[in-house]
Amino acid sequence: MSTATTDPAMIRLGRFLRDNPMIPLLVFLFLLIATLEVMRPGIVIPLRSGRDGLISTFWVGNLIKFAIPLAMLAACQVLTMLTAGIDLSVGVVATVSAFVCATLTTIWGVPAAAIVALATGIIVGAVNGIGVGIVRVHPLIMTLGTGLIATGCLQVYQRLFINAGSEIPEFLVWLGTGRTAGMPNGLFLFVPFALFVLWLMRYTGFGRLLFALGSNEQAAKLSGVRAWQVYIALYVLSGFIAALAGLLYLGMIRQTSLSLANPLLLPSVAAAVIGGTSIFGGRGSFAGAIVGALILRVLDTMLTLLQMPEGARTALFGLIVLAVTALYVRITGTR
Amino acid sequence: MTEPALLDATGVAKSFGAVHALTDAELRVGKGEIVALMGANGAGKSTFVKIITGALKPDTGHVLIHGQQARVGSPAEARRTGLVPVYQEPSLIPDLDVLDNLRLGDTPVAPFVHWVKELGIEDLVLNEMIADLPLATLRIIDLARALASDPDVLLLDEMTAALPTDLVERVLKTVRARANEGMGVIYVSHRFTEISELCDRASVLRDGKTVGDLQIEEGVEERIVELMLGQKIDLGQREIAVNTSTQSGSTRLKVRDLAIGTKVSNVSFDLYSDEVLGVVALEGQGQDELFQALAGFIKPTAGTIAIDGEQKQFSHPADAIASGLTFVPGDRADALLSQRSVRENIALPFSARIKAWGPLKMRHEKERVAHAIDKLQIDTRAQGEVQQLSGGNQQKVTIGRWLATGVETLLLFDPTRGIDVRTKRQIYPLVRELADQGAAVLYYTSELEEIQLACDRAIVIFNGSVVDTIDASEATEQRLMRAAYGLTGNEGAA
Repeated sequence: MSTATTDPAMIRLGRFLRDNPMIPLLVFLFLLIATLEVMRPGIVIPLRSGRDGLISTFWVGNLIKFAIPLAMLAACQVLTMLTAGIDLSVGVVATVSAFVCATLTTIWGVPAAAIVALATGIIVGAVNGIGVGIVRVHPLIMTLGTGLIATGCLQVYQRLFINAGSEIPEFLVWLGTGRTAGMPNGLFLFVPFALFVLWLMRYTGFGRLLFALGSNEQAAKLSGVRAWQVYIALYVLSGFIAALAGLLYLGMIRQTSLSLANPLLLPSVAAAVIGGTSIFGGRGSFAGAIVGALILRVLDTMLTLLQMPEGARTALFGLIVLAVTALYVRITGTR
Repeated sequence: MTEPALLDATGVAKSFGAVHALTDAELRVGKGEIVALMGANGAGKSTFVKIITGALKPDTGHVLIHGQQARVGSPAEARRTGLVPVYQEPSLIPDLDVLDNLRLGDTPVAPFVHWVKELGIEDLVLNEMIADLPLATLRIIDLARALASDPDVLLLDEMTAALPTDLVERVLKTVRARANEGMGVIYVSHRFTEISELCDRASVLRDGKTVGDLQIEEGVEERIVELMLGQKIDLGQREIAVNTSTQSGSTRLKVRDLAIGTKVSNVSFDLYSDEVLGVVALEGQGQDELFQALAGFIKPTAGTIAIDGEQKQFSHPADAIASGLTFVPGDRADALLSQRSVRENIALPFSARIKAWGPLKMRHEKERVAHAIDKLQIDTRAQGEVQQLSGGNQQKVTIGRWLATGVETLLLFDPTRGIDVRTKRQIYPLVRELADQGAAVLYYTSELEEIQLACDRAIVIFNGSVVDTIDASEATEQRLMRAAYGLTGNEGAA
């Protein structure tokens, strides 16, 4: 920590950035977009009259569309990280939710299928919450474990429903791929969702307790907080959000698979950390995580443009995430 | 003496930042001598012990062993020069067996076994896990290990604290016998009975300075107590009169025959509404456990706690709070969200119950918090993070939290530890005022003069039991100190 900066100017800069974490994040996002434009002139700013306008609404819409499920899963990480926890089951929960919904729609219809799908998220979340809050298993292990269990259950479930076939609900396809005035319809879900999370964190007693538990669980206990209640509610909420993100993702990808949303797990953690949320608890911002998700999407686009083989791309992506996070933490002196 | 002393420490000073823990400490231990090292809480005893054993480096002064400048660089070096410490906490690795622990320290096994038997433990199995052994046995193992390395000087830090009486006698006898063969002993203890039985001299520390070196003889206890007290900083006059009409209020808290683990054996007292009841005890006499049990952190093993005549059992601090018992711990770090604002810290209990998880009642919260800040005169220039406040202001925040929620019974554990005199002077009248408004306050303090400044009565705890109850008017520091050291009744009797 102390080795990071000794130059007073750097310290001042670090302090400024720590107090205004959104500024460097947005600057970084626009720098990345500018780089992208240099790499492939015209992708962001087509500079031609016509349907796209000065700035390509198609490209911006696409960027936002794919960032939405990532940002939703990042919300799970921000909320759990506030209490010094983490939720590594969100990728699997989203996958399970999508798979269950797609397969049950043919049998029970859309509303029932969607409700059952969301319920799976709540169940996994409840198990996580009981494990973390009552049995006091470390969240890392607990959510990793429930993620594996859920993956196993999904495979069993797939054998049972092998003949039923699957169907993607119309509504989810509209939400996942449709556009209104150039912007993805996913925003109809995401904007209210984001406002809810921001409100929850800042203006409710529950939000206060998340920060309190992550800052000093002993002090919270002393003040009469029964931590297990908060943990159960928190992980149930996280599971629910993940299941919801899974449904949206299903409509976006329009196919089912046993590992549909799993690759989103690590980016969701990375988006939260890049957005200034401390994995040690007590500090975090969902607004930051949203920008973090956008940054990761732009990075992904850049790597796609480089036309590298899949393996190299994945490796490079991981490397960049590490570098960006390390740099950000270094500059702002947060952890 | 022509022969150089085994250990000779002179002019030792040590500061931590602005805090002068030691200014001029000295200690001399001759061949075959047993010297008690004494001092009240905060006199600098533990710092001095750390310097003697080489765990800390002194700023000035030196420690001579065998008359040679033994530049004690590390505890291992001190051991090599012949000084072996036995600390209050057994320094054994719990997940290894006894034999492995001996191997780690290169302790010869045969003499170790001899000393263990000599010290009164006949049936020790060497491949038993340390974690499975009782605390008393561990302390004996620690001592036997030290004796087995054949030290020139043995340092015993509160050696007898966790031992039953029969083992205490064996330990004292063995140490005396070894001293008669020429070993020097530094004996750090609070227990006058043991000191007068075992020691030849007593060296007294006060405010980081060695203020006396006395031969142990009849009536020396009184002089030691006087030396330990000395002159203190004036903390001001009492501003609000003692609650003369004692027990005008009802019995708020009734504690009967409370026992908690091995630390608290028998504590009974009544706490009335509209009074401040002081608690006086030396370190580690069970006061920590008493407060934690009352606050709902730990469960008592026996006895009862009744509030307003109703028996209560707490399984969580939330239960205690629901019964009106609110706790301000001794260590502020346990109570504060250091990265959060003053407001969030004070308002924390508001959100604790599930019913209050919804939207914050901003106006209500603002009013209550402003009231508490105003009442305590908290300096809120640094609003952003509580960790930027001074220690005194941080302490006020921990108290303010309960002012904002409403005080019925306040458990204050050493609320003025490590804070400046000005803040202290603000806290005493505040505590009095709370009591005058009908609150009951239990007030543990490590500074004896505070009893007369802030309390109506005081109970004294020694070795897990209440040994005395004293009215504030009679609670002179002498009287309290004597009681805290377990010296009761007629003058001078040990």
